[in-house]
Amino acid sequence: MGSSILLANIGVPGIRNLKAYRASGGYSAVEKALREMTPAQVAQEVTRSGLRGRGGAGFPTGLKWSFLDRKTDKPRYLVCNADESEPGTFKDRFLMDKIPHLLIEGLILSSYALGVNNCYIYIRGEFKYLVGILEKAIREAHQNRFLGEKILGSDFSLNIFVHPGAGAYICGEETALLESLEGKRGNPRIKPPFPAFKGLYGCPTVVNNVETLATVGPIISMGGEEYAKIGKGKSTGTKLISACGNINNPGVYEIEMGLLLDDFIYSPAYCGGIAKGKKLKAVIPGGSSVPILPADLILRTLNGQKRLMTYESLAEGEFASGTMLGSGGFIVFDEDACIVRNTWNLTRFYRHESCGQCSPCREGTSWMENVLYRLEHGSGKLSDIDLLVRVAKNIEGNTICPLGDAAAWPVASAIRHFRHEFEEHVKNA
Amino acid sequence: MLKVTIDNITIDVEEGMTILQAARMIGGKVVPPAMCYYSKLKGTGGKCRTCLVKVAQSSAKDPRPMPKLVASCSTPVQDGMVVQNLTSPEVQEARKGVVEMLLVNHPLDCPVCDQAGECDLQDLSFNYGMEETASEEERREFPVIDIGPFIKLHMNRCILCYRCVYAADQLTSERRHGVMYRGDGSEISTLIANVIDNDFSGNVIDVCPVGALTDKTFRFKSRVWFIKPMDAHRECGRCSGKGTVWMFGNEIYRVTGRKDQYGEVEEFICNECRFEKKELASWTVEGPRKIKRQSVISANHYEKMVQPSIIKPIEGQMIPPQNEL
Repeated sequence: MGSSILLANIGVPGIRNLKAYRASGGYSAVEKALREMTPAQVAQEVTRSGLRGRGGAGFPTGLKWSFLDRKTDKPRYLVCNADESEPGTFKDRFLMDKIPHLLIEGLILSSYALGVNNCYIYIRGEFKYLVGILEKAIREAHQNRFLGEKILGSDFSLNIFVHPGAGAYICGEETALLESLEGKRGNPRIKPPFPAFKGLYGCPTVVNNVETLATVGPIISMGGEEYAKIGKGKSTGTKLISACGNINNPGVYEIEMGLLLDDFIYSPAYCGGIAKGKKLKAVIPGGSSVPILPADLILRTLNGQKRLMTYESLAEGEFASGTMLGSGGFIVFDEDACIVRNTWNLTRFYRHESCGQCSPCREGTSWMENVLYRLEHGSGKLSDIDLLVRVAKNIEGNTICPLGDAAAWPVASAIRHFRHEFEEHVKNA
Repeated sequence: MLKVTIDNITIDVEEGMTILQAARMIGGKVVPPAMCYYSKLKGTGGKCRTCLVKVAQSSAKDPRPMPKLVASCSTPVQDGMVVQNLTSPEVQEARKGVVEMLLVNHPLDCPVCDQAGECDLQDLSFNYGMEETASEEERREFPVIDIGPFIKLHMNRCILCYRCVYAADQLTSERRHGVMYRGDGSEISTLIANVIDNDFSGNVIDVCPVGALTDKTFRFKSRVWFIKPMDAHRECGRCSGKGTVWMFGNEIYRVTGRKDQYGEVEEFICNECRFEKKELASWTVEGPRKIKRQSVISANHYEKMVQPSIIKPIEGQMIPPQNEL
């Protein structure tokens, strides 16, 4: 199942530059759209493609675009969420680094479809080196009339601005991102109103992930229906997976949705098996926020079916025995990995990154970290395990933004599937 | 008009209202507690999560329940919405969880806190708190700082409701304090322990639901349940001059805004009225203020003022002064 759409031309020498990108067929989708298609047609192709948000939630992109308030006189904005900070996820960075024009092309097409004239790329502060790469690509696009006033002689004008954040994970949450972009403290907003009605500077705004927007170009080139044929069921197309952990070949892979999870881990074309010939213990398949699954449950669902790399298959069994595709940050643990230590490490991250605005997340993340620290460092008690489950439950679903859920799920799932390890930590302390 | 049902009570409300506002129209026990929402300050709410409710039916058009509990203070009502507060065990459990979170790092220093007796967190822990704390971690500590000559900040007691930030932002011309740092290290602070020098800065004390911001002119003077709240007014060029004076005998111990049953002031008052007018001669006392909240001070309604009869010492039997006992 070797299908390569986003990374197809990654090996072309000099693909970072517009010249090489053009030579391999780049910006033909923009020409096609601006000359032959109406904005509504572009949006319709995206809806037909079945493209789902690649940032983690998997929400249908066409549907998200349809929510945008088009009745007001206010300007509309498109914001590209390049604040990729989820532990284990590094696909957007790879994409922007290797083939920045693919993103720029996607932004032009999406802006055209949404009637947007000013577009922002909000990029994570730590990706400073990418700012220069993106700005160079934008400059090149300007020089070749793909950006600026009256693009390619049409009535459509667009400017793209790159805005680096200051390195807060919470600014990947779309409303915190908008606050930060406006120059304020990056606290998530209380919803409703949703960004589609009141987003950047109080105007209707769409926020999409880098990979989602980069996929719009290929969708317009090949047509939405053609794109929908790739993949499996409601998980159409390809997905970038950033694989890391105890595997032989860590890196970013583009897979066709529906690939056997078994194949992804063991095939030499992908992860290439577990490093040093060890056994697989557990996988976090979608970035640190999604539930961890032990080896038997990640390879097969509870009713014995082989698990596939799709939104649906990974979620099968819900939280009791399933997980999520999330952002595609595929973290593999071998038999020697300590789940307690790993869970503690994750809670440290969420404690540090909680914005502190709402009480369950602010107090809960630090409480969980304190308890897990004790468990890991030999002063835990058996009752602490149930306490963690209770605290995680009190955070989940009760917070302003999904960071609370993201902090609670790893703890709850680690205890659900590896309770014996937590108990051993107490007994052998 | 929209129809909304809260705990099986249906009322008509105007469009644009939140669930909490609708519940307050019904009044009584169906009103969810709110620590961060303050109707007189724009943008407040959504943060403390104590007002979480269950929406069993989103609207008449869309009868599905909302997937998560929602903050009633920031969720607008829709026609045909069905809301559960007291009738939902899930909501009661979640609220207990939130209150537990609020208390994990709270110092529980009520015996030495000026807010005791009129504290929203005390009420909440009375209604939803657990009998003992499940946490054995050390509580987080911050130094106590002065914000100007009149206000003391005990960050340890703060629940980060952001009310004071909004109050300073909306009532004063130049906001000099806000929230610094993030997560469990967040603190309300002025950048360089700066003075908040503004006529209306004192209102941050009134909006604080806990004892984090206290009045330095009243600090440790008396427990609130020993002093009598009286509505009073005076001529003031800066504010309406309508406040509540808290008296012990004929002495004014402190001045606050006139707070309603939800702990919200009717009108914000200026610093001169609050901090500098402590003589009875400055005020025209209207009569006792009824405190409708469930705190300990509401035990003393003072609706019927009874003049204490003066006990005259019997000749020859001198009552010794206190310090000689």
